[in-house]
Amino acid sequence: MKQKKKQDKSAADRIFYITTMFCAFLVLVIMCGFFVQLFIHSFPAIKKFGFTFLVSGEWDPVRNIYGAASAIYGTAITTIIAMAIAVPLSFLIALFLVEMAHPVLSRIIGQAIELLAAIPSIIYGMWGLFVFVPFMQNYVGPFLADTLKLKWLPLFQGPCTGFGLLTAGIVLAFMVLPFISAVMRDVFKMVPPVLKESAYGCGATTWEVTFDVTMKYGMQGLLGAVFLGLGRAVGETMAVLFIIGNTPRISASLFESGTTISATLANNFAESSGVFQSVLLELGLVLLAITFLIQIAAQFWLNMVRRKFGGNI
Amino acid sequence: MKRKIFLLSGLASILTAAVATNGAETTINGAGATFPAPVYSSWTYRYKEKTGTRINYQAVGSGAGIAQIKAKTVDFGASDEPLKKEELDKYGMTQFPMLMGGVVPVVNIPGVASGKLQLTPKVLADIFLGKIKKWDDAAITSINSGLKLPSMPITVVYRSDGSGTTWIFTNYLSKISEDWAKGPGNGKSVKWPVGVGGQKNPGVANNVQKISGSIGYVEYTYAFEGKLSCAALQNKAGKFVAPGIESFISAGANADWKNAPGFYMVLTDQPGEKSWPILGVTYILVYKEQKDTVKSREMMKYFNWCYTDEGSKTASTLNYVPIPENVVKMIKDSWKNNVKCDGKSVTE
Repeated sequence: MKQKKKQDKSAADRIFYITTMFCAFLVLVIMCGFFVQLFIHSFPAIKKFGFTFLVSGEWDPVRNIYGAASAIYGTAITTIIAMAIAVPLSFLIALFLVEMAHPVLSRIIGQAIELLAAIPSIIYGMWGLFVFVPFMQNYVGPFLADTLKLKWLPLFQGPCTGFGLLTAGIVLAFMVLPFISAVMRDVFKMVPPVLKESAYGCGATTWEVTFDVTMKYGMQGLLGAVFLGLGRAVGETMAVLFIIGNTPRISASLFESGTTISATLANNFAESSGVFQSVLLELGLVLLAITFLIQIAAQFWLNMVRRKFGGNI
Repeated sequence: MKRKIFLLSGLASILTAAVATNGAETTINGAGATFPAPVYSSWTYRYKEKTGTRINYQAVGSGAGIAQIKAKTVDFGASDEPLKKEELDKYGMTQFPMLMGGVVPVVNIPGVASGKLQLTPKVLADIFLGKIKKWDDAAITSINSGLKLPSMPITVVYRSDGSGTTWIFTNYLSKISEDWAKGPGNGKSVKWPVGVGGQKNPGVANNVQKISGSIGYVEYTYAFEGKLSCAALQNKAGKFVAPGIESFISAGANADWKNAPGFYMVLTDQPGEKSWPILGVTYILVYKEQKDTVKSREMMKYFNWCYTDEGSKTASTLNYVPIPENVVKMIKDSWKNNVKCDGKSVTE
């Protein structure tokens, strides 16, 4: 009797093991499935355009000539603008909340950040279109070009219609800001108080404690937060679609409209057929590859950081 | 155990209820163009109230509509771009026009009252080509002697998504301007030389409202509802006409439907003194060989109802142009010969 019960248990264990393993493998299958399917369907485009697809900025649906360069450029520029704004801001926000703010204030702002993170991206898009675009057109654009006299820079030339790379980048920054600052805040919170207290005890200032103790201790977490924001910024579709202007063109000026990979897909998929559809799927493949590369880079970098800073504290 | 049985019986009754309702009414599925979608959704709603037949129409875009009818996932497709006869024959489909609607240039120029700006075809094309860059360009002021046009850069606004509206508009530009035909050409999305893109009709309307000094093109309903300022265009007869139901009807009436195989007709740059030059026709696509007698009968009954006074009235209130009566007669004749189930016509 006892023996039987034991056998039953091991059988149940086995079933449980197989079930969980199956679920886990499902992830791998889905991942590979995406790559394979996208590759198969984008094959006509790959065969037709080859490598030039990635470097050509030509986009002419009437003559069926396509290049991904303008979309890749737009994705890169908007992401860079977004990260350049969001990362330092998030760092300061998190620092204030953990190290300096009154606990009550910290809780209120912390809640607000979490609420911001929960807002669907379409809301950011609508806000961008109705509120932020006119603001950029009437105030920020003229301020950068005329008041600060930055017109001589190619970056700020041409009329500012409010739509364009700069606007999209800034709205993206607002979108990823809550994610990055929420994670950074948690990272700062996890630093053992004894470490900080001993540093303060040695006579270190808040800045010294932050840079030499907190940041080094939480470096991995901070980088993780940055990559989390980066991943979101690269693939964001709806918010960008509304405000970037959707022009498949590479232009130096940030006031000019451009497009991103995901916006191009969302714009054209419904009406596409034949080679055009294949081209869009190849764009999807490119986006997947980019996010994949970012992931790998993130892992690699985290490992390096772990080795470099791990032993110090 | 008791609870389980209770749950099961509940489930069973839900299932049988679902089957029962399915049996009682026919559901017909269609998908395609967004250009006529406001009318289609109003039609399907009224038709359901009247007859109980449910028509599901998904406004997914002409291209997707064509793809879905080819894949036979829907009962009918809808497209703003007519298919050529060869393609129809290849898939065993037939098409017929359902509605007409005007595409109009909309502008936002400070100091210029609504509807006052006049444009010739060449000027319109040159603006969209980026050759005319400012509103006080001599080419524009010379045809608008009474207007005081500001020295303001022109911002072109176009549809960023592939669309039938763009197809109709660029079809017109290709007809009237050789530079356009050789350059960007005619398509659902083209390589725009200048400007910014807006998402769908409302997006273009919104961008034009937001950017002063802009010009865009939208389906007339959106200009009318959004109270946007339309530009008058010079038509083929050399007269400047304002967009509106009258000028749309005039353009539709002058078309030569008799000599259009498969009703292939593009109503841009039509003759007639009062004709609006940019009119689009939107089509319905169905298979010639229907599989289900009951379903196909119901479907054709619905299309028949769309052409009645009741259907036309709905279309007119939404600023679309119903198909002229003589053309409707031709369409119904074509149904008799073309849409069949087991070799028998499914229309009365």
